[in-house]
Amino acid sequence: MMYEIAKDPIDIQAVIDKVVQREAGAITTFIGTVRELTKGKKTLYLIYEAYEPMAVKKLEQIGTEIKERWEGAEVAITHRVGKLDITDVAVVIAVSTPHRADAYEANRYAIERIKEIVPIWKKEHWEDGQEWIGNQLETVAYPSGKPEEGDLNE
Amino acid sequence: MNKVLFLAHLRDEAGEESVQLDLAGKTVADVKAIVAESYGLQKLDSAMTAINEEFASNEEVIKEGDVIAFIPPVSGG
Repeated sequence: MMYEIAKDPIDIQAVIDKVVQREAGAITTFIGTVRELTKGKKTLYLIYEAYEPMAVKKLEQIGTEIKERWEGAEVAITHRVGKLDITDVAVVIAVSTPHRADAYEANRYAIERIKEIVPIWKKEHWEDGQEWIGNQLETVAYPSGKPEEGDLNE
Repeated sequence: MNKVLFLAHLRDEAGEESVQLDLAGKTVADVKAIVAESYGLQKLDSAMTAINEEFASNEEVIKEGDVIAFIPPVSGG
């Protein structure tokens, strides 16, 4: 399975291994981790929740979009759910392509798309309360369309 | 009948994870209005809607057996 929602800690190497191919000249890995401070506010831990069957489908869609845009790309994405502490790994994206520029670009595309269309939410727990976080990009998602020029630079 | 799922903050607000409602023939916009009213959901306007795990527009019509999920703005990654 190239696209997974995981309840246990993510084995980063296992995600990378999925995109190994003889045609590749590069593999890029994005590792999203839980940050302690956001705008000066201290996070104690996060709870991630997914609408799992749809989340897996949307991760697959992102992989398909990447393969259409960057020839010869292989993609694997695992996103964790449940309680995550500071520094824990929330998401791992591995992309292999024949040439390195594509591997970097396609990997960036994947994380930006995750923040638009994959039904996963985080609930922040602070010292003085908790809240579900939504719309980190402060943009409206466009579920069926492609991200427009400039979206990757936000 | 149709299964309606509440996710993330909508579940906290509705106080339920899912409910069974008879919604066949109604549009997504109709369903949003009905559900927002019945369950006191303030932020349903900002949520997208999925039918059978695929995003749906406000004009789409619900069929018997469809599973409907309200998708608040996402925050994964």
